[in-house]
Amino acid sequence: MAVVEEKPREEQLPTRKKKIAATGSDAAAYAVRDADVDVVAVYPITPQAPIAENIAQMIADGELDAELIHVESEHSAMSAAVAAAATGARSFTATSSQGLELMHEILYIASGLRQPVVMALATRALSAPINIWNDYADAMGMRDTGWIMIFSENVQEVYDNLVQAFRIAEHPDVLLPVVVTLDGYILSHTTEALEPLDREEVLSFAPKRPRGYRPVLDPDHPVTIGVLGAPNWYQEIKVQQALAMRESRRVIEEAGKEFGKRYGREYGFIEPYYMDDAEVAIVTLGATSSLVKAAVNRLREQGVKAGMVKIRVFRPFPAEELAKVLENVNALGVLDRAVSFGGALEGPLAMEVLSTLAVRGVMKPFINFIHGLGGRDIFVKDVVEMYQKLLEAAKSGKSVTRTLFYGVRSRKGHVI
Amino acid sequence: MLDVPRVEIRFHGRGGQGAVTAAKVLASAAVDEGKYALAFPEYGAERRGAPVLAFTRIDEKPILEREPILEPDIVVVFDPSLEPEIYMKGLRPNGMLVINTKKTVDQVVKLLEEHGLQKPRCIARIDATDIALKHLRAPIVNTSMLAALVRAASVVRLETLEENIRKVFAERPHIAEANVKAMEEAYNSTEVVCL
Repeated sequence: MAVVEEKPREEQLPTRKKKIAATGSDAAAYAVRDADVDVVAVYPITPQAPIAENIAQMIADGELDAELIHVESEHSAMSAAVAAAATGARSFTATSSQGLELMHEILYIASGLRQPVVMALATRALSAPINIWNDYADAMGMRDTGWIMIFSENVQEVYDNLVQAFRIAEHPDVLLPVVVTLDGYILSHTTEALEPLDREEVLSFAPKRPRGYRPVLDPDHPVTIGVLGAPNWYQEIKVQQALAMRESRRVIEEAGKEFGKRYGREYGFIEPYYMDDAEVAIVTLGATSSLVKAAVNRLREQGVKAGMVKIRVFRPFPAEELAKVLENVNALGVLDRAVSFGGALEGPLAMEVLSTLAVRGVMKPFINFIHGLGGRDIFVKDVVEMYQKLLEAAKSGKSVTRTLFYGVRSRKGHVI
Repeated sequence: MLDVPRVEIRFHGRGGQGAVTAAKVLASAAVDEGKYALAFPEYGAERRGAPVLAFTRIDEKPILEREPILEPDIVVVFDPSLEPEIYMKGLRPNGMLVINTKKTVDQVVKLLEEHGLQKPRCIARIDATDIALKHLRAPIVNTSMLAALVRAASVVRLETLEENIRKVFAERPHIAEANVKAMEEAYNSTEVVCL
């Protein structure tokens, strides 16, 4: 359809695209199409997202020239994705919840073999009890697997993050797998406005590199991938992997800035919201950030100096950036949507945030909130209550040492 | 007519009537008109005949609230057999009920009174089942109900909705056209009464 432009396009300005309505699952599939992925390996069992189904349709319709491998389990899906990447192909898979659990063994192998697989993860709760709804238990379970982890707040970010993921993963200084999350249902099945890019733009931002730029399985230039790493070398390999994760910070930062320069949407490791003068702040992840922003807006209208920090890149964890932005708050909360059972604090994100601050000698009155497990709705008013709790902590100067579970059915109230 | 920057709409239907699709199509139309929108169902294990909820928020500004809509401006009821206590729950006092029913507006008011429910400011009634059976030969009322909704409250234009219906049924143009005919008839036969 022809778009009539009223004003001549100015060269310096990023081109504005027509917005379309799309779900997070649509956005993920569009990103895969526009990045011209070569191999997609999937086992779309429930609970999944329509991503694989959308990609299959695109391939059938001739919109994407890719090899779609139907495998017999998620374990095999990840194995095939790793193997495809090892041949030099641009490789993608999508999963969710239990599917990710079945992939778990191969998650470490993908990063250990330094294969730049890109994955979309519709974050959902884990069984038992059986639950197909949104929380971050599956994502938190892969935090130590050596994957770069990027969380998306809305459908636009699902697309933008995936486009950046290919550039980051395949960068010769990185060569690590990247997962981009989309909150199960909350983003995967919600329709909202999306501004996709042209395929040429995506391929110029995240170009496919010549096949020989990294060691790949090629009969003409044989290499071995996946050998034994005995005690004489295993540790060196792991240190290299840790260093690659550190080094990826530069590439991630460049990608986010360059994306902003080209398309007008810049991305950093974190997104501070009203943090310049915030007295109390909540740190959170993913689509939950939208709700927390809405709560901040409500509190600001009442004159409360509330702020929020969204962690966009969870691995590598943006410790420096976070410590800096939290420097001046009087009390700090972390809203987790997963449980580390028996942990020092039960929220996995809370432990990251606290160690970030503690090692830099910064101590703040602190509260760890857990809400929204297995699709339990978090309402803006719940988050407002959390801020009120933080205001009390700021006044008393005391942390709450026990993790607080919000939104729990209970006769006595909803905080335990 | 509602003239507020944000409109929150809750759809009540039964599995198979297309409430979830209706919420999505409405959001798509709003996006096409340059607005921001969010559409999402109440996520569950979907099955035919079971009560279904879907939500659409439309705003001039980006929408941060991803929570379910507890206090809608408009409720759209696809199935007259649903319990009034459920679909009227939380409807704002100046809100609107758009209902598929064979009852007259007076009878709907009486039904609400019998259930001890507060009357909404406006009621829009339509016999969407009749229209759907006529044009689609199936009681899939979602397109007719969307037309009734935009007749009662012009949240988007009817033409934008029709364009989106044509997109949904791009591969089955005869179904698209049957739906568009149903929408035209529904639009013209919706009765809106403000109390």
